[in-house]
Formats: sequence, structure tokens, C-alpha cells
Amino acid sequence: MEILVKKYAHKLVDAGLAAPSGPGAPLVGGLDQDLVWNRTAPEIPVLERIFLHLNINSLVFLRPGFPYDRIIRFLAGRALKAAGTIMPQDCETRTFLHDLPVVEQFDLPAIVTALKQRKTVIIQGNDRNTGFFGPAVIAPGTVSPEQGFVHISSVCFACFVAFFSNYLTGLKTGRKDPEMDQVFDQVLPFLQKELPASFDLMHSPFCREKDVYAAMVQAGRKIVDHGLVDSYFGNLSCCWNNTLYISQTGASLDELTGCIDPVPLDGSSTAGITASSELTAHLETIARTGCQVILHGHPKFCVIASMDCDPVRKAACAFADKCHTHCPVPRTIGSVPIVPGEVGTGPYGLCNTLPRACETSDSVIVHGHGLFVTGKTDFNRAFSTLAAVETLCKTRYLEQVRYLRPA
Amino acid sequence: MYGWSGKIALIDLTRQKIDVQPLSPDICTRYLGGRGMGGLFLQPAATLDRDHPDVPVCLFTGPLTATSAPTSGRCHMVSISPLTGLMADASVGGKIGVQLKRAGWDGIVITGKSNTPVGIEISDSHISLVEAKILWGMTTDAVHQHLNPKKAGLACIGPAGENRVRFAAVITDRYHAAGRTGLGMCLGAKKLKYILVSGTGRTRVKDPELLKQARQDIIRVTAASPALMGRYGFSRMGTGAMYDLMDNRHMMPTDNFSATWYGSAKNLNAAAYARAYSPKNHGCRGCHILCKKIGTRTSAGTAMPEFETMSHFTALVGLQDIHLVTAANQRCNSLGMDTISAAVTLACFREITQKDFTPASLLALLDDIALDRGQGKALKKGAAAYAGSMGQPDAAMAVKGLELPAYDPRGAYGMALGFAMSTRGGCHLRAYPISHEILRKPVATDRFSFSGKARIIKIAEDSNAVVDSLIACKFIFFAAGLEEYAKVFSAVTGQDVTAQDLLAAGERIYYNERIINSCRGFDARHDDLPARFFTQPGTGASQIRVPPIDRADFLQAKAAYYSVRGLTQNGLPTRKKAEQLGVSWKSL
Ligand SMILES: [Zn+2]
Repeated sequence: MEILVKKYAHKLVDAGLAAPSGPGAPLVGGLDQDLVWNRTAPEIPVLERIFLHLNINSLVFLRPGFPYDRIIRFLAGRALKAAGTIMPQDCETRTFLHDLPVVEQFDLPAIVTALKQRKTVIIQGNDRNTGFFGPAVIAPGTVSPEQGFVHISSVCFACFVAFFSNYLTGLKTGRKDPEMDQVFDQVLPFLQKELPASFDLMHSPFCREKDVYAAMVQAGRKIVDHGLVDSYFGNLSCCWNNTLYISQTGASLDELTGCIDPVPLDGSSTAGITASSELTAHLETIARTGCQVILHGHPKFCVIASMDCDPVRKAACAFADKCHTHCPVPRTIGSVPIVPGEVGTGPYGLCNTLPRACETSDSVIVHGHGLFVTGKTDFNRAFSTLAAVETLCKTRYLEQVRYLRPA
Repeated sequence: MYGWSGKIALIDLTRQKIDVQPLSPDICTRYLGGRGMGGLFLQPAATLDRDHPDVPVCLFTGPLTATSAPTSGRCHMVSISPLTGLMADASVGGKIGVQLKRAGWDGIVITGKSNTPVGIEISDSHISLVEAKILWGMTTDAVHQHLNPKKAGLACIGPAGENRVRFAAVITDRYHAAGRTGLGMCLGAKKLKYILVSGTGRTRVKDPELLKQARQDIIRVTAASPALMGRYGFSRMGTGAMYDLMDNRHMMPTDNFSATWYGSAKNLNAAAYARAYSPKNHGCRGCHILCKKIGTRTSAGTAMPEFETMSHFTALVGLQDIHLVTAANQRCNSLGMDTISAAVTLACFREITQKDFTPASLLALLDDIALDRGQGKALKKGAAAYAGSMGQPDAAMAVKGLELPAYDPRGAYGMALGFAMSTRGGCHLRAYPISHEILRKPVATDRFSFSGKARIIKIAEDSNAVVDSLIACKFIFFAAGLEEYAKVFSAVTGQDVTAQDLLAAGERIYYNERIINSCRGFDARHDDLPARFFTQPGTGASQIRVPPIDRADFLQAKAAYYSVRGLTQNGLPTRKKAEQLGVSWKSL
């Protein structure tokens, strides 16, 4: 447990979600027979009591770093004035976290009540009496602190996407919101960071199986390093010698060693049962396009752009509450198609929409979810395409804001 | 009440008397249904001899049974095991659960012993005992054909249950086995050949709209689950999809658990059955996963073996023939016995006699066991009793007398701890750590470490106790969680509960099982694994080492488990903890 609580504390810092030291540093606890924490902190006496109320074995407490602190504080404040939950529309949140409950104070009963229903809770407030300051996010786990890590990362991601999405929609409907303008201006510097245009990754041809593994491990680490995924989600595959090598489901893309499944294309083995939930989409895409590598990440502005819809049109749309599965309008950003489809192989699964779209474009955005890019033989080209599409989406977004926002 | 019908039938076979007993809302909330309720009604008999006529056989549905809740169409059977002496129980698939609930019963509790073979027939509120002399001696297939249940649900035993095979199974609706712990013999001892149920009512649902929503949430997360709905998941390939995975992970029990990798496995996987039999989907009532596979070719109508059967009738017994596996599976179902226990007992026989099987000799032995002839007379008592009688108790790969399923514990330490602690003996389903140790859900844990596993196992045991009581299928929890099912439960019953409330019920249900077993003389001495796993390594590979399990680490994890579970370091429950959980206390 000691090893695990330290590991996930570090990962939160590496992911740019937390400060390395001080009160903003992550706090991670793990319980087997005894409870261990990665560091000491004044919050521990309250957090320890959460373990008495819930059947959990770990807990992550985090005051998110910039810009997530501003965004979450703002959204949480708005949520408390309404239903008490933040309701992001991106696909991962919808599928796995549902909505995000918010409580006002660092108060045990309220926290426990929220965590009995949901996987995370956001604490908005500052409390003069106790000296507690927010915002903070708490996420427990039932088998590993990795769950808390993943869920907190998803909260940060979902809030980021929700904030920028709502902001743009607000501008389009002509809503005046000086408070939101102010938050936007505060977090703007975060968006200045540019992605590199090209990446130096292993070049094909891959002569041996172990080169395939090495190239995938390298590409996986790179995609996490550049923040092109939320926490570490996404997946990648490489087709070699009639076998599709694909990252395993829930595999940490920055730790792919030992987490790649070889799936024979002739269906002679079911070892792909632990492969990414998008295995079917990958296989189908490769069959249709003849490409050999696929890279899938969740770059934030691709996701935001995919949900950008004209409010007037949306108000009149019969599928306005089912955009992610039913959006009837063929849409693009530049030449990149946006398709609906949810995770997995259900009737509205993206395996039904994505592969067809990949026939006409080497990059396709899935609504509210992320970006898929294909590459001929290695990950170099795929990677620069991924970066270029994200840069394009961000640029377009900022242009729209500049155009719509009164000076 | 919503969800529960609020009544059960007490069927006394000795006096041929049937009583109706109401269930209080409080009991329902605290023990849910299924396994929980079965355990509650079993507790008064906890100190009786295993073959005492007053030991009940309980068959319970749950509050979700016969609603549109996903995978809710099951029921649970509970008694005292003739094989292990522990509480016996098994989840029952097919449609009998739905029929029983529709007939208006939360459950039935069968006690006593008939002088002559009988069947129980339930049609809505009407229950009758029917003479079954003509069926005695028949295989389960023949019973099914003879009674021709059509829409009704049918549970019956075969010759194995009649002939006191200690691992006899109850077969429901032709293809589904309540396989483990010898429940077939429990029925056989009562001279009860079959239970036939049909019902026309409905489960009352408090909030159908909320139920619909909750159902959709669950369907959505299952669609995102590779293990369930993916190209190689259970829905497409059956549970046999696990076979290649166990091969890849070097944890396939081979040659009676003396090795963990089987060279021929590649040709014996689910894909091989798919090629040979072109199976079609089949499943329990109320399920959308449909993991059961029925062949359409080679011998049409034959059920495809489940993963455990595939593995044990190849690697464990040293054979390489998928048609033998299918035949052995069919033979076991037809004779009414558990495939896992049968295979492990045969593997033990092979190790002790040092004689390899041929497909024909293996099938002949299965017949001998069920029909109580020749070598079968000794083997029908299970691996532990057989190995003991041969003076080689270490050759029995069983925990507390229940033969081990097809996951080698040297390849997954949570599984090792789960096997050792399980309240029904060597069983993978109580804690089911396969989910995180192998299938990476909800996240992957280090399978070669005991770190954190004690509490993980305890929580999972509580969670699965809830699942067996609601009732739902364990497989769906590869994708969904109790969080989603709490919403379903609230919608059906109108009781506003959270996953944590359900887990509290699970802990109560589990602790009661510990109490029952402690009354039967079980303690820390029995919570252990066969010695082999601590002394012999498994079969490693270049990337995977499979060393023996470190005994000291295991004992430390076991001590941690007792502390987390609220047991003494001797593995015994305490009155104080029982009171705290609201479980009625009983001791020797
Ligand atoms: Zn994705």
C-alpha cells in the first residue's frame, strides 16, 4: 500500500493536476489492516473517518492546481446555487461518473452522503473556522488508489471541457456573464502552451515483434507527456504480421509495458478479452483502410469542439439530448469529420460510425469523447496529425471567442 | 411491499404439509433475498448433522427477480453441504427463479424427507407434492423430456443425486447447473426428484420510470465492457473466452495443479469450439449478455462447456480433445453432477494411480461415479475423501473439501486468499478477484502481491453476497457496480438505499455464513490452501515468474483478513460483532 499511495500522488503531480508540495500536494491514503498516507496533513482526521462509513480501501484528496482550481471553484459555486451537481456532457463522464456532486464545506456527513451515491465529491468552500480552503476533490477506491487517481483526473478533465463548452455556448446566446469572463481571462495563459509540430518516434519497418511493443510503449508515454489524454485514457494499436497489438482496457498509456494484447486477425484466440473496449473499432478501421497504426486520445479542445453546436439549431433539434449518439448533422472541423457514437459495441457504439469515417479522413473526432488518427506504418505521422488537429480546434475556439466577445 | 411478494412456502416432505409464512419488511431489507434469505433460514439448522432430515433446502428469489433489472432472472439454493459440511449454496440460472417469483413466492423452504420419490409442483399459489417413482433413476435430460415444462421452470436431479454423489448438482431448465457443493445430493436425500414452477403474476415495481433509467445506465456500461460485450467477451464467446487468457497468464491448472501451463491449450480454446460447433446464444431469463452457448453443428443442441469445464477436462486431467470435453460436460449435466468437482476428483485419481486417461476411460469413470459402481464408489465422495482414504491427502486439490476451480492461486494472490477464506470452500466466486487481477476492472491490481488484498477480498465478498441476494449475475459486475444496482433496487422496492447500505447487508449476510460454519466446527485451521501451492512453483515463462506462494505472506494476509472481517485470529465470529451487524447469534 505504501508504494501505491506514493505512486499515485506522484502521478497526480506529473499529470499537472497538483502541486508537488505544500497544501496543494495530493493526499493519498490506503487501507488494508492499517491505514497509511503518503504525507501528513491537517485534513487527515476528517478523511480517516470516511473509511469508517464507506467500504473502501483507498482515498485521494486533492486541491487541484491551476487552471483546474479556478474552473472547478466557478462551476462548483454555480452548482451550489442550482441542483448541487455539475453535469458535464462529455462521454466518459456520462458513462462512468454520471454527474459530479458538490458540497459547500469540508464536512464529514455531507461528504459521506455524496460519496455513498457517486465516485467523487467536490468541496467548494472556504471555512474560516477550520481554516479549510477549497476547491478540493475527494475520490475513494475499492481496490486501489488508482481508482481515486483516475476519477479525480476525470473530474478535472470534465470540468475543463464543461467550462469552455458552456462559455462558448453562453457567448453564442448573447448571455452576459462577467464572472465567467473573469475566470476565462484568468485561465487563458494556460492555453498559450503550444504542441510541437513533429515528434521523433521509432520509425518503421518493425522487423521484430519486440520492436512493435517498444514503439507502442514509446508512443503511449509521449501522448501522456503532452497531455493529449485525460488521466491516461485512450488507446493505441499496431497491426503487424497478421496480428493486432493493442493496449489493454484501462491500461495506463504511460506504462504500457506488459499491457499490450496481441490479437490474431483470424480470430483464432480470445486473448483480446482484456484489450481496449475499442478493439472492434480498431479492427474494423484497419480492415477498411489498410492503415497499420491507430492512435486515440482525448485532447481537450477536440472534445470541446465536437460539442460546439449552434444554439438556435440545437434548440430545434429532435436529438438535442442525445447528441453523443444520435447527432443527425454531418459535421466537420476543417476537414476532420465529427461522428456520434458511445464507448463500446452497443447499438450506438462508435464501432458503427468511426471505421466508415476513417475511410475518408486520417483523423476523426468522436462526439464528446476524443480523437482517432490512423497512420500508415508507424506512429510519427499519426502523432503530428493528432497534435495538428488539437491545435486547429483550439485556434478555432479562441477565434470564435474573440469574435463573439464584446471588447 | 414492492419488490418482495412478502411470503414464502414451508414445505415439509415428512408430514407432506405446506405452510405459508409471511416475511416482514424488516427481514426483507436486512437479508434481501436469495443467498441472504437462504442463510437466514438455514441458521437454526446450523448445528444439525449434515444428513438430518430437518436440514432445509432453501430456494429463494430476490427483490429484483422477475423485473426488467438486467441479469435478475436467477435464484439461489442453500442447504448444508454433504461434500464439505459447510453451508452449501449455488446460484441457479435458467427461468425457474422468474417463474417462482411470478407464482408469488419469495422463496420455498423444504424440510423433512419423503419415503418415496416426489416432485414439488408449484402453479401460482397452488403447491402440490406429486409422486415421482417413475422418474427416479432418470437422467436430467429424460426428466426434462418427460415433464416437458414448456414455459415453466424445472429443477431436477439425475442419478448422481439419488446415488449420494457428494458433488451432485441440481440441473435447471436443461442447460443450467446449480453445480457446486452437492445440492443435488441434498435433494436426493429428501427423495425430491424435481421442482416444477409456473407463475402468472408480476413483481410489483414502485417506480417503473426510474427502473427503466437505471436499466439503461447498466446496459450502457456493459456495452463499454470488453469482457462482457467485446468481440472476445462472454456475450460472443461464452465464459470459454477466459481460456486463452489463463493460458497467456500461465495460471491454467495443469496435471492436478502440479503445473500452470498446458502446451496444447492453443488448440482447445473457445475459438476451436466455435469452429467445431457454430454455437448460438442462449441465456437466463432477463439477461442481455446471453453467455450460454448451444451448438448448432456436429451434435446440435449440445451445450458448450463453461470455462471451468473446458480447462479442467483438458489441462487438469491431461487430455487434448474438445469433443471429449463437450461429451464429459453433457454426461455430467445429464447425470446431474458438478463438472469442477468431478474433474478435480478424477485428476486426483490420476495422480494417485499414476494412470493416464483416455477419453473413453474418463467417460466410463463419470458413469461409474454417478451410478455408484466400481471405482466410482470411492470417487463419489469427492477428492478430499478419496485422497484421504488412499493415504495421500495432499493429492486432493480442495479447500475445506470443495474442489478448486480453474484458476491457479499461484498466479493470482487475491484468488489464493479468496479460495482459502470462502464460506463455501474452494470457490472463486465468493470474492471473484479475477475482475481486477486478470480482467483489469475496475482497475488492475498486482496479481503477484498480497498488498491490500485482505480488505479488497472482504469488500468483494460482501458485494457478491449482495449480488447473490438481489439477485443479479456476477458477470455484470465486470462492468457495473453496486452503485448502479442500488438505483435499480430503490426503483423496484421504493426504499432509498445506496451502494453502501447494500454492502452493509452483504456484510451481515456473509457474517451469518461464518457463524453457521463456526457452529459446524470450522475455524482458522480450515482457512488454508493445499500445501502444494506453498512448496512447488508453477510453470513460468520468459516474462512471467510463477513462484510458490510465500507462506509467511499468506499468513499475514490471512491475519489481516480476520481483523478486517471482525473475526478472532482463530477465524471465529464474535457475539459482539454479530450484534453490531444485527445478525442473530448462534454458537456451538
Ligand atoms: Zn476514448
